[in-house]
Amino acid sequence: MPTIETQDGPVWKRRTTAKSLLTWFCWLIGVAIVVYCWELVSERTIWFFVQDAGTQAADMASRMVPPKWDYMDVLWQPVWDTINIATLGTGIALVFAVPVAFLAARNTTPHPTIRAIALLVIVSSRSINSLIWALMLVAIIGPGVFAGVIAIALRSVGFCAKLLYESIEEIDPRQVEAITATGATRAQQLGYGIVPQIMPSFAGISVFRWDINIRESTVLGLVGAGGIGIQLDASISTLAWTQVSVILLVILATVLVSEWVSAKVRAAII
Amino acid sequence: MTDIQNQTEYPGKWKRPPLIKRGWLRWSLWIGAAIYLSLALGTMDINWGRVAEGLPRGQKFIAAFFPPDFTSRWESILDGILESIWMTVIATVAGIALSVPVGLGAARNLAPLPVYLICRSIVAISRTFPEIILAIFAVKLFGFGPFAGFLALSIATVGFFAKLLAEDIENMDPVQAEAIKSTGASWLQWINYAVQPQVMPRMIGLSMYRLDINFRESAVVGIVGGGGIGATLLTAFDRYEFDSAAAILIVIIVIVIGLEYLSGYLRRWVQ
Amino acid sequence: MLQLKSVSKRYKTGDLALKNVTLEIPDGQVLALIGPSGAGKSTLIRCINRLVDPTEGSITLGDLEISSLSSWALRKARRRMGMIFQEYALVERLTVMENVLSGRLGYVGFWQSWFRRFPAKDIKEAYRLLDRVGLAHMADKRADELSGGQRQRVGIARALIQDPALLLVDEPTASLDPKTSRQIMRLICELCDERKLSAIINIHDVLLAQMFAKRVVGLQLGEIVYDGPPDGLGPDVLTQIYGEEDWEATIRKVEDEDEEGAEEAALS
Repeated sequence: MPTIETQDGPVWKRRTTAKSLLTWFCWLIGVAIVVYCWELVSERTIWFFVQDAGTQAADMASRMVPPKWDYMDVLWQPVWDTINIATLGTGIALVFAVPVAFLAARNTTPHPTIRAIALLVIVSSRSINSLIWALMLVAIIGPGVFAGVIAIALRSVGFCAKLLYESIEEIDPRQVEAITATGATRAQQLGYGIVPQIMPSFAGISVFRWDINIRESTVLGLVGAGGIGIQLDASISTLAWTQVSVILLVILATVLVSEWVSAKVRAAII
Repeated sequence: MTDIQNQTEYPGKWKRPPLIKRGWLRWSLWIGAAIYLSLALGTMDINWGRVAEGLPRGQKFIAAFFPPDFTSRWESILDGILESIWMTVIATVAGIALSVPVGLGAARNLAPLPVYLICRSIVAISRTFPEIILAIFAVKLFGFGPFAGFLALSIATVGFFAKLLAEDIENMDPVQAEAIKSTGASWLQWINYAVQPQVMPRMIGLSMYRLDINFRESAVVGIVGGGGIGATLLTAFDRYEFDSAAAILIVIIVIVIGLEYLSGYLRRWVQ
Repeated sequence: MLQLKSVSKRYKTGDLALKNVTLEIPDGQVLALIGPSGAGKSTLIRCINRLVDPTEGSITLGDLEISSLSSWALRKARRRMGMIFQEYALVERLTVMENVLSGRLGYVGFWQSWFRRFPAKDIKEAYRLLDRVGLAHMADKRADELSGGQRQRVGIARALIQDPALLLVDEPTASLDPKTSRQIMRLICELCDERKLSAIINIHDVLLAQMFAKRVVGLQLGEIVYDGPPDGLGPDVLTQIYGEEDWEATIRKVEDEDEEGAEEAALS
C-alpha cells in the first residue's frame, strides 16, 4: 500500500505504479484474447440465422403448447431407466473410485509411479464426457440401458476418485499416527485412522455425483444408450414438439426432485 | 475392587451403535434399497448375448484405437480443437459476466424477494438441462456452428456460476458487511468493499474450474452440430476411423491436464 | 529397562533435532522430559517407537534392539509401548469404545478389527479401563462429543489396553486447563504406579514436571543438559534449559502449589 509524494502532498494508491501497469497489461491481454476468439467464432456464424432466431423461437414455442400429456404413458419406463442408469452407474463408479483414490492420494499411495498411473486414470475418465463414453460403448456392447450404466460409471470414477483423494490428503495425520503407534498394520491404519475420517466426504461425494448423473443420463439416449434421451431424440427428429415439451418438463421435474433428495441426504449426513 | 470381581462384572460383548438409531427406519431403508436394486436390475433387460458377442468385438474395437493416428486427419483435428477453445473462452467469459448480476439477485441477503425468485428460477432452469439439450435448441434456433455451442455453454455457465456465487454471498461474514454498511456506503460501494473481497478468491478458482468444464463440454456440443471438436470426433466414429478418434481423445485429455495445471498455478498466485 | 545410546536424528531439511542422546530408564520409573519448544522432546519419544526413524544410535527396550527391527517386528514391539498424545489424537468419528479397542489392533487380524469382532477378553478389559479412568458410561459416545479432559482419559485407556511395558507421553496437558492438567498427570502417574510401568512424559510445564516426576531430564537444542531429581531444578539450571528469565517466582510458586496439590490429592 504505497503512498506517493506529489506537489499536493502524499497520495495513497492501492498499487504501486509498476504493479498497476502490470494489472492493466494483464487485463489488456485478457480482453484481446476474448475479442480475438469472438472474431473467429463470428466469422463462422451465419448471422442471417441468428437474426431470424427470434421468430424461430416464437414459432417453436407456439408449436410446443399445449404439451401432449397423454405422452406421459410412454415416458414412465424411460424415466425409470434414466434413474436406474444414474443410480447403478454411480454405485459401480464408487466401487472402483475408492481403490483408485487411495492409490492416488499422496499419503496412502504405495509408490509414486502407481500414483502417477492412478492420476492418469482419473484425468482420462474425467476428461471424456459420458456421452462420448456412451458413443463408444454403444458400438461395443450394443445400444441399451447397460451401455448407459457403464458410460456413467466410467465418467464418474474419475470425478469421485479425484474428490475422494483430495479429502484423503486433507485428513488429520495425528489420528493416523496414534493408530500406527499401537502396532497396527497398514491395512488397519487405513481402516481405523483414515476411513472414519473420510466417511462424511465419501457420502457427500456419492450423493453429489448421483445428482449430476441424473442430469447426464437424461441425454445418453441421444446416442442410443437408454433413458429418456431416446424419446427426446425421436420426438425432435420427427418434429413432435408437443411431445418435446412434455419430455422437457419431465426432465425438469426429475432433476428438481433429485436435487431435493440429494440436498436432504447431504443435510442429514453433515 | 479386586480383579476377580471385575472379571465377572464387565460385559465381554460390545456392538457399535448403529448409525440410524430407530430400528424400524434402519430396516425399512435396507429393505427399500434391496427392493429397488432387484427391481432396477430386473427391469434393466440386458441383452447378455449381445454383450458377450460385443466383447471380442470390443477387443478389436479397442485395438483399433492403437496406435492413435494424429497425422491423417490432423488438419480437421486442429481446426476442431481451436474452435472448441475459442468457444470455451468466450462462453466462459460471457457466462460469468451474465452470472454476476444473476448471482447477486439470487442471494437472499442482497436481493428483494421478487428479484430473488426470478433469478433463482433462471438458475434452476439453466442448471437442469444438460449442455447438450441446450445445444440442440441453440442449433435449431441459431443454425449450425460454434455460435450455437457458445450460447449453450454460456447458459450452462450462468446456471453453475450464479448458483455458487449466490451461495457464497449468502454464507459470507455478516459482521464485515455490516461494518461497511455502517460507514454510509452506497449499495454499489457496499458490494465492492464488503461482498467482493469475501467472495473473490473462491470465484477466481471456480471460473478456472468452469473453463475446464466448458472445454470438456465443448467436445460434445459438436455431436449435435454446435461446433468444436465434437463434430470431428463424431465423424471419426462414423467413418470407423478409431485411430483418429483416439488421437482426438488424447488431445482432449492433454488439454484438460494443461488446464488443471494452469488453474492450480493461478489459484496459488491469487491467494 | 529402556536404553538410548548416542541417538541422533537429522531431518531431511537438515535440522539436527537430537544430538547424541544417551539415556537409561529403569523399569517403573516415571521420567519428565522438559525443555523449550523445538528442543527435540517430541522427536525423542517418537524415535523410541520409531514413528520417526533415528539417524544414528541404538535404542533397546528390555533386550530388544528397536532401531534395527523389520516392519513386522516393529509392529510387535510397538504393542509394548503405549503412547499418549498432545491434543489426544483420538479418531474423532469413532466411538469411545472403538478408540479404546484400537489399542488392541496390534493383537488382532485385519478382518477381525474391520468388523469390530474383538475377543471378549479385550472388551472386558476395555470396559474395566474405561471404568478406571471414570468414563464407563461414555462407551458409546462419539469421541468428538467429549471434553478435552475426557478425551485424554480415553487416550490413556487406549495406551493402557495395549498392555505396555513403557508409556510414551507427549505433552499430555498442552491443551487442558490447569485443574484438568493435574488430574490427568495424577492419573497417569497412579496408573504407572499400579502397573509398575516406566514412562517418559514430555511436558513444557516445569511445575507439573516437578510435582509428579521422580526424575527430570532437561533437553535443549537436542542435547541433554540436566538429568536429576526435580528439586535440583534451580534458577541456573532453568536458565540453561530455557534461557535467561527471572526464575525465582516460578520456583517459589512450585513450593506453594506443591502443598496445594497435596491437599487436593488428600481431599479427593
